[in-house]
Parts: sequence; structure tokens; C-alpha cells
Amino acid sequence: MKYVDEFRQHHLAQKLAAAIGREVDSAREYRLMEFCGGHTHAIFRYGVQDLMPCNVEFVHGPGCPVCVLPIGRIDNAIHLVKQHDVILCTYGDMLRVPGSGRQSLLKVKAAGGDVRMVYSTLDALRIARDNPGRQVVFFAIGFETTTPPTAVAIRQAQAEGLTNFTVFCNHVLTPAAMRSILESPAVPGMAPVSIDGFLGPAHVSAIIGSRPYEFVPAEFRRPVVIAGFEPLDVMQSALMLIRQLNEGRCEVENEYTRVVNRRGNVKAQALVAEVFELCHAFEWRGLGLVAHSALRIKDAFGVWDAERRFSIAGVSAPDSKGCECPSVLRGARKPAECRLFGTVCTPENPMGACMVSSEGACAAYWSYGRLRQPPVAIKVEAVR
Amino acid sequence: MCLALPARVIAIDEHGEMATVALGGVKKDISLILVDEVQVDDFVLIHVGYALNKLSEKEARRTLALFAEAGLTGDGLS
Amino acid sequence: MNTVIRRFPMRLDVRRGTVDMTHGSGGHATAQLIEALFVRHLDNEILRQANDQAAFDVSAGRMVMSTDSHVVSPLFFPGGDIGALAVHGTINDVAMSGAHPRYLSAAFILEEGFPLADLERIVASMAQAASKAGVPVVTGDTKVVERGKGDGVFITTTAVGVVPDGVKISGNRAQPGDVILVSGTVGDHGVAIMSSRENLAFETCIESDSAALHELVAAMVAAAPDIHCLRDPTRGGLATTLNELAQQSGVGMLLQEDAIPVRSEVAAACELLGLDVLYVANEGKLVCICAPGDALCLLQVMRAHPLGRQAAIIGEVVADVQGFVQMETAFGGRRIVDWLVGEQLPRIC
Repeated sequence: MKYVDEFRQHHLAQKLAAAIGREVDSAREYRLMEFCGGHTHAIFRYGVQDLMPCNVEFVHGPGCPVCVLPIGRIDNAIHLVKQHDVILCTYGDMLRVPGSGRQSLLKVKAAGGDVRMVYSTLDALRIARDNPGRQVVFFAIGFETTTPPTAVAIRQAQAEGLTNFTVFCNHVLTPAAMRSILESPAVPGMAPVSIDGFLGPAHVSAIIGSRPYEFVPAEFRRPVVIAGFEPLDVMQSALMLIRQLNEGRCEVENEYTRVVNRRGNVKAQALVAEVFELCHAFEWRGLGLVAHSALRIKDAFGVWDAERRFSIAGVSAPDSKGCECPSVLRGARKPAECRLFGTVCTPENPMGACMVSSEGACAAYWSYGRLRQPPVAIKVEAVR
Repeated sequence: MCLALPARVIAIDEHGEMATVALGGVKKDISLILVDEVQVDDFVLIHVGYALNKLSEKEARRTLALFAEAGLTGDGLS
Repeated sequence: MNTVIRRFPMRLDVRRGTVDMTHGSGGHATAQLIEALFVRHLDNEILRQANDQAAFDVSAGRMVMSTDSHVVSPLFFPGGDIGALAVHGTINDVAMSGAHPRYLSAAFILEEGFPLADLERIVASMAQAASKAGVPVVTGDTKVVERGKGDGVFITTTAVGVVPDGVKISGNRAQPGDVILVSGTVGDHGVAIMSSRENLAFETCIESDSAALHELVAAMVAAAPDIHCLRDPTRGGLATTLNELAQQSGVGMLLQEDAIPVRSEVAAACELLGLDVLYVANEGKLVCICAPGDALCLLQVMRAHPLGRQAAIIGEVVADVQGFVQMETAFGGRRIVDWLVGEQLPRIC
């Protein structure tokens, strides 16, 4: 795969590892928050941590829109299927996320509910066209990367006069989440966070550009490097952050120049601004209420808003007792430091946000990370 | 988060709205509505059935060159 | 052999007809369906006897039996269909013990309304697969359930075979130091299935690898009778099979990612859908664990066989009380290849 495989090359990894090893200051620690689930995934899938010196730590952030979706919103989606008999179209990611009472969209589907997995909003629109007598609701989730396709879908529904199509909007915003994490040391009761720098989101930035992160160095004195999702991108970005920290610089740099620039995709931004507006506050699982962090559909497009059409009530459901997700999402605790991890809370039985999706810090650590000591490998004669 | 991959445009429909892209031998039809001035043989980043942006091949090569140089920075030893 | 004696007033309308409840009632309609479709295609001496059971001689030795139910959707996919799958899958289960599969049985549960043309296609495919494998279907059953109570057709096949003397292949025999081999590229079947599901529409030329592996196994056992473990990774992929074997044997494993054969289109399709190819289904591959001294010879034998051309050594068994399957990634780091949780679903995040 062109422009993918080249960014996974072993020999280049060795060069970058050597450079990082040479340039780190052994007298200090480097705690680099990789904000996005995509980075968490890459780090674990390729074992990037093994190539980093031990004083460089990747802290896993809340960049997983599935993880941070409050349980109440899943309950709402389930309610739509059961009570209103809609065809609920959803991305695969949401199917197994448990809502209240151990219910999930997959279980509702098994019990006869019309839940359909789609790869794209284009599929959801087609289902609406093919089923004029049924209400079709698209369960929209995701950060700024996934929002423009939803905006396009709503505009398309308007253009076609599709009266049976609505969107249940749960799009959330990345810079607001970063701000919430940086401001959190001021929150009593939470473990303090020490993050030295951020690996900025790759594909969110393809849409919004690198400009929206400039507040991070300006107001919070932390450097940001926009990092691609391939493992070489992650290592190069770590190196760029290490250099900034060593040199006392503090700015937004862009490693992912092949896709990201400062302004972003202006056309996509305009489409989003036409259809959506800011919610004044949205409750994030694990982070609590975050101001100006989510989007809702504007009045002009209210006809295609599932929340208005079906009068969806706000439901607030608390997280499990003992669940350390709020601290893990902020990078203040590691998954293994939560007493529910691996005991009560497993991928099969996720108790909190960080375990529900394969990109949550806890799930990624469980699937890919080393849980205990490495095995004793017996030397075998070379048989290759 | 945001699983998106670079794919090569191999065909564009007559309205310029949908394209067929190829990634590692797999073909998929995607929407071009979010990106302007896409041509056949361009590389685009695809996500949930849409092209999000064009990929700059020049920048891709430059980035790879940076990685390769990493062994030569600092004290100039590899 | 197509001389069907006309015992029925009306010819079965295979082209436009559908399954109805009378086909399962045991009367004339059932008999006609069996004769016109099943016996006609699956035709062999034992089946022609038209008894409710099949009688045959067995050679001396240990008998092996295996059964599998097939509920795959879609029923027809690139490179195969539920019929061929049902034959290959059960033959393979028997073959993984080192046994020569001898006979098959096939039970069908048909949904009312299922097109007879599709049923004929499936049965003809089964017949072809059975014939090519040299393992006839000698007995069977047909039932019909009401519309809505089945997914078109469910097929359960059972196979019996005999294990040659001295062959003791079992999932609990892997030992630290053993070598792990795979017979070819992984993930082909799962990707072929997904590419024909319309809501994940992508185009590839990947076909299912559905195949009967008993002759490959016979060649391997002849070359190295003391193979420790054999298993065919089906649902849940290579990773699930390796974890099963590690657990059964009480060992760990260390794999080399860049040694695992994967077709580039399969890799690309998995990337597009956010899937890990190690967990994607196969239907014509096997995993072999053997003593280090047998590895090279087995590799050669596998590569000499049409179903093993891309066989490879992918890792080794290690001592590990916790039974982890670990992998050195192509990138240079290490990761755990854990059990699958639920079914792997495409993701966008």
C-alpha cells in the first residue's frame, strides 16, 4: 500500500530510535500525551514503546469518540430502536458498547431490533431511500474527522426532500477536550497530571488544520506536534517534541505535512459550519461536563435532527464504582493502576469508557501491551 | 481514532462527485464532495466513504527523507 | 448417472420452485426432493441404496469422527458457497487428527420459501467438492422450517475417518522449542465473505481459500509421522487457533510478524475496515507444530503441494506459564496476540 508501507519500515525505525536515544536528556522524564486513539493503536500494534528509551513515556489521552460517549446517549439510541421502531444505522464501533443494564445495540439487534451496520453515511441515505415507510436514524459519532460526512448527509437529505431520515448527533470537538485535560490539575479530587507535550491528532487536523492547537503553547506552555498515525510518524513526532523540550521551545509543529496544513480543509469546515453549531456544554464520559465541546444541528436543519423529531430526553448514567477512567483519560493513571482492570473490567465485560472500544487506553493495553514479564524463549537452531 | 488511509484515484464519474480509488489492489467507490480539484492518479485520504483531503506526494517523500536522515543528525554519526 | 425413474406425477420445478413445508413432511414431496436434487448430484453406491443409514466396512485402527454446522452468510461468495464449505470444513476437522476421511453425512435444515435453484446450486457444489476430495456423502437428512425461522439453509456435516498407526496428533502436544508453521496466506476467506456483503462494498479479486486439506496432511504425516499438533484456523483466525493450542499445551508462543504470509489485497482490505488480519477467518489453511528437526522437511513437503505453496515457518513455542502468544512486529517492537473478544467488527475510529 503506497504511502502506508513506507511509513512502517523497520530500518527507518532503527534510525529514529538511535536518534531519539542520542538526543534524550537522561536526567529528565518526557511524558508525551498521544491524544488520539489512532496513536494509541499504532503504539501498541507495532510495539513502538519497545523502541523508545525508558525515560520517554506515552500517556494515552481521551481521543476515542466511542470511549467518551456518555452511557445515556447509547441508552437513547437503544430507546429509538425499541420504542420508535426506527432503522438505526451505525458505524461498527458502536455495536458492542454497553449502555445501562448491560444492553447494547448488538443485543438489541439480536432481539429483533432493526440495527444496521454501515460503513458510510452514503449507506444510511440509501437505506432511507429504499425504505420510505420507515424512519431511518443515523447514529453520528466522531471527532472533527467524521463530522463533515454527516454534514454532507444532512444536506443531501435536504436536497432530496428525504422526510424519513434523521441524524442523532454526537460529534465532539478535540481542542476543547485538550483544554479540559490541561485545565484539570485545578480540579479537586483528581490525580494531578503532568504532561510535557502533545502528539496532536492526525486526521482531525486534516480537517481543522494545525491552527486550533496554537492555544496550547500560548496558554499552557506545552509543545504540540501534529503526528501521522503510522509508527514512523509517531517516532518522528516524539523526536520533534523531545527537541522542543530540550531546546526550551514551545510551539505547534506539523510532522504530518503530507496531509495537514495550518488552515485545514476549508471546504469541509464551511459545510460543517453551515449545518452545525456549538452546544454550550456536553457531558463526556470520564471528563465530565466540557464547555463548547460538542455540536448540535442548527434550527435550519432541525427537520433532520433525531433529537427534535423523537423528543429524546437527556439521560445521565453514572460510571461504575472504582472505575478510574476519569484519571486514565487524563493520563493521570495507567490502566494497570485501576483495581477494576483485568479483574472485573475486561474487553468482554467493559466497565468504563477506556475498555469499551479497542482504542481506549485500557482495551489497547489489554490486547497489545505486555501484561506481565516476557516469556523465557528457548534458543532454537536456525531453521529458516 | 479516525481510521483514514491514502488511496489512489483511478476513475472519476462524469459529475466529478464520486471516484473509484485503489489501495493495495482493493477498489472502493468514495465521494469527492469534500475535496476540490481532484484528478485521476492523485492520492486522497479516505474515511467513511469520503475523500477528506489530497495527499501531497512531495511532502510524503520529504518526510521519508527526514526519517532516513535521522541517523545523521546531531553529531553526524549514523 | 441420471436415470431417475419417473415415480412422481409432476417434475420438480427447480428453476422457479421454492421449498415448502411438504418437502419436510417425509412423504412424496420429500422423496422427490431427495431423489431429484440430493441423490442426483451426490450420487454414489451407498446413497443409491436409499436406506435411512449407510453401512460400510472400516479398516482396523482408530476411528475419528467430527461434525460441523454451517450457517455462513452470504450463502454464495467468491471462491465458494455454503455447500463446498460444509464438505471441506468437516473433512479438515477429521484430517487434523492425521486421519484419512472416508465418508460424510449431510443434514439440511431448509427455510420455507428458499429457492430450489439455489438449493440445487449448493448441492451440486457439495457433490463436486466431495468427489474431488474422494469422500462421498453417504447419508443425510432434510427438514423444513417455517419462513422466518431459518436463514435460507443450514447444513450440518459429519465425517468419519481412520488414523494410521503411530500417529498421535493432538492439541496438547506442543512443547517449548517446537516450530510453528502455517500452510499459506491468512485472512483470504474472511475478506472474500466481507467483500460480498453489500454494505461494506469494496472490490477485490480475493477468493475464499475453502479447500479439503486431507491430502496435504497425508503427505505431511508420511514425511514426519511425529507431528505434534495440527489445526485449521477457521473463525477467529490464526490468532484464535494459536491461543487455543497454547492453552491446551500449557505453553507460550513467539511469532515473527514478517514471516506470516498475507496477500497484499487481504492486508489492504483489513486496513480499510480496521481489522487485524490475524483474527480473520480461513477455510483452507492449517497450522502445524512440530519438533525442530522435522520443520525444514515439513516445509518442503508443504510447498510441494498445491495447497501449501506459500507455507512458512512463523514462530516457535516457548515456555510460558501464562500461555501468552506474543509477536515480534515487522516494525521491531513486541505485542501480545490475545484471544478475540466477541466478533471482530469493522471500525471507523
